[in-house]
Amino acid sequence: MGYLSSEQFLSSVKRRRAQDRLFMVVVLAATLVSTLALIVIFVTLSVESVSFFTRVSIIEFLTGTKWTVLFADKHFGVLPLLNATLMTSAIAVAVAGPAGIAAAIYLSEYASQRFRNLMKPVIETLSGVPTVVYGYFALYFITPNFLRGFWEDLSIHNALAVGLMIGALTLPIVVSISDDAMKAVPYDLRLAAYSLGSRKIDVVFRVVLPAALSGVVASIVLTFARAMGETIIAAIAGGFRPVLSFNVGESMQTMTSYLAQVATGDAPHGTIEYQSLFAVGLLLLVITATLNFIGLKVIRRWEIRY
Amino acid sequence: MGDQVLRYEDLARRRNDLKKTLDRVVPVVLSLGVFLGVTVLAALLFDVVTTGYDRLNLNLITEYPSANPAEAGMRSAVLGTIVTVGLSAIFCIPLSIASAIYLVEYAGGRRWAEVLRYNIANLAGVPSVVFGIVGLGFLVYGLGLGRSVIAGAFTLAILTLPYVTVTCVEAIKTVPEDLKFGAYALGATRLQVVRSIILPRALPMMLTGGILGISRAIGEAAPILIISGLLFIREDPVSLFSRFTVIPLQLFNWISRPLPAFQELSAAAIIVLLLILLALNSAAIYLRYKLYRRLEAA
Repeated sequence: MGYLSSEQFLSSVKRRRAQDRLFMVVVLAATLVSTLALIVIFVTLSVESVSFFTRVSIIEFLTGTKWTVLFADKHFGVLPLLNATLMTSAIAVAVAGPAGIAAAIYLSEYASQRFRNLMKPVIETLSGVPTVVYGYFALYFITPNFLRGFWEDLSIHNALAVGLMIGALTLPIVVSISDDAMKAVPYDLRLAAYSLGSRKIDVVFRVVLPAALSGVVASIVLTFARAMGETIIAAIAGGFRPVLSFNVGESMQTMTSYLAQVATGDAPHGTIEYQSLFAVGLLLLVITATLNFIGLKVIRRWEIRY
Repeated sequence: MGDQVLRYEDLARRRNDLKKTLDRVVPVVLSLGVFLGVTVLAALLFDVVTTGYDRLNLNLITEYPSANPAEAGMRSAVLGTIVTVGLSAIFCIPLSIASAIYLVEYAGGRRWAEVLRYNIANLAGVPSVVFGIVGLGFLVYGLGLGRSVIAGAFTLAILTLPYVTVTCVEAIKTVPEDLKFGAYALGATRLQVVRSIILPRALPMMLTGGILGISRAIGEAAPILIISGLLFIREDPVSLFSRFTVIPLQLFNWISRPLPAFQELSAAAIIVLLLILLALNSAAIYLRYKLYRRLEAA
C-alpha cells in the first residue's frame, strides 16, 4: 500500500473543494428558482394589470357594482366577484373552522393513539381528493339530494354548496395546524393543571387551548386564504352569474370562477377580456398573500416557545 | 355564617357536577368534527361509485372524447396527464432535492436561508389558478411556448415545487447528525457528505414526497384550464408543443353538461382518477414502509 505524497494529497483536497464549490452553485441556482418564480408571478401580473388599468379606471374597478366584461355593454366593477368570493370562503371557514378545531381537540386530547392514527390519514384524504370531484359532488349530490331537502327553491348553481364543499376540502388544513399547535403544548402543563385538581374539561379549554391559540387562529386565517383561491368547485357548482347578492341560495360568480369562465371561452391575447384575467388575478393574489402573511405572522408572534 | 358556608359548598358541588357532565358530553360533541369529515368522504365515495360503476369499462381510457356519452372516453386526457405530469415531475423533483440540500446543508440557519425559506412558503400560498394565469401570460405568450404540453408541465412543476421541497427538507433532517458530523470530522467536503451520507438515507423519503407532489399535480385542473382552455381534443399529445388536456379538465367538461348520461360518464371517470391517486399514494406508503424497515435493520 503506497503513501500519498503531500502534493497528491493537496491536489486531491483542491479538487474536492472545487467540486464542492461547483455543487454549491448548482444547488443555490435550484433554490433561487422559487424566488425567481415569485418575481415572474408578480411582474407578469403587474405588467398586464397596468395595461388593463390604462383602459379602465382603478376606482371603477374597486368600487363598481357591475361586472359585465364578457358582454357588449362593459362594466368593470369587481365588487360582485369579490363579494361572491368572500361569501363562499366565509361559508367554508364557518364549516371547516368549528368542525376542524373540534376534530383537532378531540384527536389531540381525547382520542386513543389507535383512533388518532386511524383517523388522521382519513381526514387528510379530504384535501387529497381532486377539487373537480368536489365540484361534481356539489352539483349532483349536495344541492339536489341534500340541500334541496330543506330549501326547495334552491338554484342548482348556488354559493352555499360551493362554500360547503370548499369547507370539506380545507378541513384538513385546520385540523393539522391546530393539532400540531396543541401537540406542541408540553405535557407538564397538563400535569400541573391536573395536580391542582382540574378536571379534563378545564385542562383542555383553559390550559391547552389558550396555549395553542396562535396555531388555531393561524389555521383559520390560512384556511380563508386557501378557500379564496379555490377555482374549480366555484366554476362547476357556483355558476357564472356576476351578481352582487347576499343570498347564498343564488348562483353567483366568484373571482376564480370568472377566471375559469374567461379560460373556457375565447379571450384573444391583448383584448380587455384577456387583461381582466390579470387584474382579477392580481387582486386575488394581493388578498391571499396578505392573509397568508398575517397567518404566518400570528404563528410566529404569538407562539409561546417552551 | 353557617348558611354562607353551606351555600358555597352547594355551589361547589353543583359546579363539580356540571363539570362531570361536561366531561362526558364535550368529547362526544368534539368527535362530531371527526365524524363530519369521515361522513363527507364516505358519502362522496358512495355516490361516485354507485353512479359510475355501470359505466366503468375499458373504453373509458381507450376512446377519444365524443359528443355521444355512450362511446366517449378520455384517451387524450389520460395521455395528456401522463405526459404533462411526468414532465413536471422530471423538472420538479431534482429541483426540490437540490433546493433542500442547499437550504439544510449550505445555507444552514443563516438569515439568507430564512429569506429563501420564506419565499418558498409564499410560493406555496399562491392560489393555483394564479399559476395558470402567469403561465398563460409568461410561458404561453411571453416566451411563445403556445398552449402546449411544455407550458403546462412547467406551470405544474413550479406549483408543486414548494410542497416537494418542504418534504425533501424534512427528509434530510431525519438523517442522524452524528453520521454527518463524523464524516465532516474525517475531512469530508459537503458534497461528499451529501453524496455518501445524506442522499442514500434520505432518498426514499424524498421520493415519497415526490410521489405526493405528483398526485397533487394530477388533481390540479385550474391552472391547466387557464393554460389549455376548455377543448375538445381528439388527438394524442405527440410532441412537447401539442395542445393537450388532462383528466380533471376532461371531467370539468363532462360535469358541466346537464345530461344524466354525462353524469354517469363523469362518475366513472372520477373512479378512474381516484384509483390512479390511490395507486400512487399506496406506492408512497409502501416506500415509506420499506424505508422504516431498512432503518430498523440498520
